[in-house]
Amino acid sequence: MRKPLLCLKGLTKAYPGVLANDDVSFEIGEGQVHALLGENGAGKSTLVKMIYGLVKPDQGEMILRGQPYAPSQPSEARRNGVAMVFQHFSLFDALDVAENVALGMENPPPLRDLAQRIRDVSEEYGLPLDPTRLVGDLSAGERQRVEIVRCLLQDPKLLIMDEPTSVLTPQEVDVLFKTLRQLSAEGTAILYISHKLDEIRALCDEATILRGGRKIATCDPREKSSRELAELMVGQILTPPEKPDRPLGDVVLQVDKLSLASNNPFGTSLKNISFSLRSGEVLGIAGVAGNGQDELLLMLSGELTAPAEQVRLKGNAIGNLGPNARRSLGLVAAPEERLGHAAAPDMSLTENALLSAAERKKLTKYGFINWRATDAFAQEVIARFDVRTPGSHVLARALSGGNLQKYVIGREIELNPDVIVVNQPTWGVDAAAAAFIRQALLDLAGKGAAVLVISQDLDELLEVADSFAALNEGRLTPVRPAKGLSVDEIGLMMGGAHDMHPAHEGSA
Amino acid sequence: MMIGSINIAVLLAALMVAATPILLAAIGELVVEKAGVLNLGVEGMMIMGACVGFIIAINTGSPLMGFIGAALGGMALSLLFALLTQALMTNQVASGLALTLFGLGLSALLGQKYVGLTPPRTPKLDLGPLSEIPFLGRALFSHDIMVYLTIALVAAVWWFLKYTRGGMILRAVGENHDAAHALGYHVKRVRVLAIMFGGACAGLGGAYLSLIRVPQWTEGMTVGIGWIALALVVFASWRPWRAMAGAYLFGGIVVLQLNLQAAGVKIPVEYLSMSPYLITIAVLVFISSGKARGSLNAPGSLNRPFHASN
Repeated sequence: MRKPLLCLKGLTKAYPGVLANDDVSFEIGEGQVHALLGENGAGKSTLVKMIYGLVKPDQGEMILRGQPYAPSQPSEARRNGVAMVFQHFSLFDALDVAENVALGMENPPPLRDLAQRIRDVSEEYGLPLDPTRLVGDLSAGERQRVEIVRCLLQDPKLLIMDEPTSVLTPQEVDVLFKTLRQLSAEGTAILYISHKLDEIRALCDEATILRGGRKIATCDPREKSSRELAELMVGQILTPPEKPDRPLGDVVLQVDKLSLASNNPFGTSLKNISFSLRSGEVLGIAGVAGNGQDELLLMLSGELTAPAEQVRLKGNAIGNLGPNARRSLGLVAAPEERLGHAAAPDMSLTENALLSAAERKKLTKYGFINWRATDAFAQEVIARFDVRTPGSHVLARALSGGNLQKYVIGREIELNPDVIVVNQPTWGVDAAAAAFIRQALLDLAGKGAAVLVISQDLDELLEVADSFAALNEGRLTPVRPAKGLSVDEIGLMMGGAHDMHPAHEGSA
Repeated sequence: MMIGSINIAVLLAALMVAATPILLAAIGELVVEKAGVLNLGVEGMMIMGACVGFIIAINTGSPLMGFIGAALGGMALSLLFALLTQALMTNQVASGLALTLFGLGLSALLGQKYVGLTPPRTPKLDLGPLSEIPFLGRALFSHDIMVYLTIALVAAVWWFLKYTRGGMILRAVGENHDAAHALGYHVKRVRVLAIMFGGACAGLGGAYLSLIRVPQWTEGMTVGIGWIALALVVFASWRPWRAMAGAYLFGGIVVLQLNLQAAGVKIPVEYLSMSPYLITIAVLVFISSGKARGSLNAPGSLNRPFHASN
């Protein structure tokens, strides 16, 4: 057994209505890679926020290198050698890399010296970075490097990484793991938070599993199968979705050599996109965030319009039509951002049902709303898709992520579309709800609709897709059958490791 | 040098004087917005500064005390805004509008007895031989100290935002308050300080009107300058030197149209009076449009309320 670096004893934290952490205890050894495993809402984030000084525990204590440790704010944690890479990056788009690094340090050197140190450290660990670039222009993988370099410059004893691989290509994940192993060999302990079991089994020495705020087990992840870990994490037996064999029909959606500028200054423009989609087909589009996924969805939903001829639905030119016109013709979409894009947060579920279903379900007449029919439709979606809510009068923002996602996807499926486009359908959704949503999409395809799934979760795409393509810097690869594709091939389609180099290269 | 009946040196000199109050208000608001707060109460804080500065200058006989009082007056009003928006989490737009209306009303009440009085004269700064230079001396080097202090303030704000850690933290808070909070910075403290700075600057700008430019107290004497300062900040893409260029452009057109009025040009006075507002906005829109990157300087968290989630 290694010397313990950090001991957690009986940590408890309650928020109004939820016990986020209930009597959690475990130890992290020096130089150990320790996994913290759990579903969304299992209390992982709250726990690391306590270690990083962002949240005060209600009960329990922490001991760091034999000394009591109770950081009242992050700067105190940083002084004690605890650093953290956040899941939603704590970066500032309009500031450059060096400034972003300086903001996360206790006593940053003058910016010019700092730039040199950033170059040195990034070269040593194989994470190339240009200190003068604006962070808003960087890819997700590069942004993560900024966060990691920021931590490394402070010589951390404990590095906390919150879901670090959710935005990386498989090749980038390999480079990251190499860096983490190098750090661990140098004596830095790593607390690695994830729900991706294969990664944890590949990287970590020990794993602590949380469920519903309580510690379920601490074990060696290499001695357990992924399935055993998953069942510990979820607490129930999971069944993978069924994929019925079905014949593919005629082409219903066709996009032809379409280039489109993004409407967001930090966005990615679409370049020469061509693909076609047949009825009954599930097309999966992979890619690291920020490679044009949002723009592709906006272009298909009609929020961004294109020359009419370049997008065809069942033979009709629809490129210049807006979202309502496309819905009437049978093309519906569910964007990634649930609150604020797919649903209006401060409107009830009934009102949100009206927003997308008014056309196809004929819920308005002469400009007046038929509330009875609208509410009946909302109730139907709630019942069919097992949305856990007190009723259809509840505000959209009051639902949990998984329930709201079931609602917004169900709302579109209930419209009986010919084509449905979804972006990140199970992002931040618990495993049971995710399985439900995937099954619902497959069932819809079984009934003859064409389904286009944009996702960064490769496992999800491999589970549902018949055919497969990847977005890389706004370009779409040719579509290939999903059967027989290996994860490595997919990684290469996604662009491989974006300008990643092995450590030390070019330093000669 | 003369064009028609207009003396260019005098025109330039008057331009700098006309631009100073708007520039003071704009540079203050620029800092506030860089911290992520939209304070629409600039006009109200300016008129409070004009009124309080005037009252104190009359009663003490010292323009310096007047300016100090004006800065404190503007700051006091801005603290009310800070209390509303940062502690009580009210809507920034509504609070700012209310602040303007409140400032206009309160200043009218306080200043009732002071209408028609003449404030103590603020001396010109003696720059010795510089002011003897032909043309330039008259145009640039024969002003009161506030004109030069204002330019120095623009330089200081530019330097602070670009080169100091404090400035970097302020920009970080305005750009992404959640990330700044996660890194352990005190979002609200930074914002309250920025709001106070903005209030003090607006107050000084108001006092410059009532003590030097006009110099007199009349109700509602800021006539919309606070609003132009707000527009200036946006169209200057939150850049201090550009805000200064915009303020001088505005001042120049104000002075020019006054001269044209005096010269009896055959354009209705109403058109001349509205021209500074129209032309300034048109020019600035032209400069800041087109480039998608121009809007990037906008602070990412501008006008978004900050709730610490834990």
